[in-house]
Amino acid sequence: MSELLRVQNLKKHFPIYKGAVFPKKTGAVQAVDGISLTVNKGETLGLVGESGCGKSTAGRTILKLLDPTEGQIIYKGQDITNVKGEELRKLRKEMQLIFQDPYASLNPRKTIEQTVTEPMKIFGMSKEKRQQKLDRLLEVVGLDTYHKYRYPHEFSGGQRQRIGIARALALDPELIICDEPVSALDVSIQAQVINLMEDLQKEFNLTYIFIAHDLSVVHHISDRVAVMYLGEIVEIGEVEELYGDPKHPYTKALLSSIPEARPVEKRERIMLQGDLPSPSNPPQGCKFHTRCPWAEDICKQKKPVLKQVPGAEHQVACHLVKEVVEETEPTPV
Amino acid sequence: MADHLPILEVKDLHTHFFTKAGTVKAVDGVSFSVKPGETLGIVGESGSGKSITAMSVMKLVPSPPGKIVSGDIRFNGESLLLKKEKEMRKIRGKDISMIFQDPMTSLNPVFSVEKQMMETILTHENMNKQQARNRAIELLDLVGIPDAAKRLKNYPHEFSGGMRQRVMIAMALACNPKVLIADEPTTALDVTIQAQILDLLKKLQQELGMAIIMITHDLGVVAEVCDRVMVMYAGKPVEFSSVKELFDHPKHPYTWGLLSSIPQIHNRKERLEAIKGLPPDLRDLAKGCSFAPRCTHVKEECLTKDPALLEDETDHFVRCLLYEQEEKVIIHE
Repeated sequence: MSELLRVQNLKKHFPIYKGAVFPKKTGAVQAVDGISLTVNKGETLGLVGESGCGKSTAGRTILKLLDPTEGQIIYKGQDITNVKGEELRKLRKEMQLIFQDPYASLNPRKTIEQTVTEPMKIFGMSKEKRQQKLDRLLEVVGLDTYHKYRYPHEFSGGQRQRIGIARALALDPELIICDEPVSALDVSIQAQVINLMEDLQKEFNLTYIFIAHDLSVVHHISDRVAVMYLGEIVEIGEVEELYGDPKHPYTKALLSSIPEARPVEKRERIMLQGDLPSPSNPPQGCKFHTRCPWAEDICKQKKPVLKQVPGAEHQVACHLVKEVVEETEPTPV
Repeated sequence: MADHLPILEVKDLHTHFFTKAGTVKAVDGVSFSVKPGETLGIVGESGSGKSITAMSVMKLVPSPPGKIVSGDIRFNGESLLLKKEKEMRKIRGKDISMIFQDPMTSLNPVFSVEKQMMETILTHENMNKQQARNRAIELLDLVGIPDAAKRLKNYPHEFSGGMRQRVMIAMALACNPKVLIADEPTTALDVTIQAQILDLLKKLQQELGMAIIMITHDLGVVAEVCDRVMVMYAGKPVEFSSVKELFDHPKHPYTWGLLSSIPQIHNRKERLEAIKGLPPDLRDLAKGCSFAPRCTHVKEECLTKDPALLEDETDHFVRCLLYEQEEKVIIHE
């Protein structure tokens, strides 16, 4: 598999200003604080973490909807960190986004036809072609052609999400960032949409970055998974490897917290104390040490970097994991 | 607990909404009972009537357009339907209390937590302000909010989501309720916080001996905390049994569909088995079983005949014609 996207030490900080007349920068919300990852063509990379860990901001920064504070985004071997104007516009065609809330992400005043064909119009497709493409898209996402004259309020949540997917596919993108695409849906509908997304991936050879907080869904759909905590990737690896043998205490806690739909076996649960610290004032050293049940002195002083776990496609950033191979530079998997 | 009499009994409850577009049978023949110390789960998708069941028990269904058309709700042997609003107010918050789904919107943003908590206590208990304040501090302590005395002065926006949900629980517990209705208490929360809250509820139940009705769409949460569970579809209970029975021997095709449509980490499938189609419009339900249009085991008679709720020897109820032929006791309709 060839590399499609590479992100290096990506940071996105939102400045905090104080004072109405002469605003002065007093701090920054460190939403994304130095993440590095690669995405290969045709694969699905899952990005998990709790609310506020920066996973959505990471997605939007990669799409260049937000300007990165630091770091590099390399798409198909080209550095796109600072592209602007016409070049950026062309890039938009290749990267699309599916939003979380199917109720808020569609314009209630536009018919489905208008919504789905708008991107094609912007990129100058002829009217005839647009219609052909629209019919084809509605078919692949499982809607009927007569649906195109309807407005969003006439659809259920699951159908709206299908429309959102059709819109994302309108320009034949290579990379789709899915920001919690199924979390607003009921379980029976959620399964339909996940299946659809998997089918589309095969049919159009799509690459997904799948952002979600539901660990079971991410496990189902991903090839590789990155776990984020307070703007940093604490663990990244191949899905079965990471779920089967989690190394980082946070990943362990997350996995043990999922209520699983089978009551027989009671697992030992790692209960985390307290809440996520504020990203505007993150803890020193390892950001997780305030909630980590095994934190030692070194965790409070030295920030851990991602290190390779021997013999597996798996990296972890924790001082307490001993079997890792030391690496001076955090190179993305 | 088996020798206890049920504290709350709901018999053949029908709550309908009379709208211009037609009558919506939101709750259509629900019966259940809970004993002290027991947790009953009500599962279903959006629109299945689980929240309206809870609202009916509290007599909080907005009227008009809603109305409890028939059935009975008995608390401690007394019918709640015969009670006047003034009497209901004494019961709500004291004997039966409720935790709502969204902790962000169910607290009043313009009053401090102290004021909101003391309001409940002063209304129901014979206490002076100082005693009520001490009780409030005690409660916040109980639900694990550090530095309770100081935090009491805070406003809701100063708490995180998990903390707000704890405040909601503390308020619901203020007068030692006998029945606690938790309507999706953890849906808005992250998994690690969800684990904390579920643990807390279990612990408090053991200490205080209350009955809990847990309304949720998450079968994982059910497996985690409930003793018995009722699955609802289109306003009707379709299956009702102990938790172990439900997961070991699910009987209703809808329950099969639900269980196979959630991705499970211990058992990764190539493809999720989604339930096809959409939930029905409750305004004009077709004759016969409401699940028939989506059911994989549908027979001709399912479209014409209303299935009755059947019971087998293990206290396992199911509403499906597949089981009609077998020898079972018909208990309803």
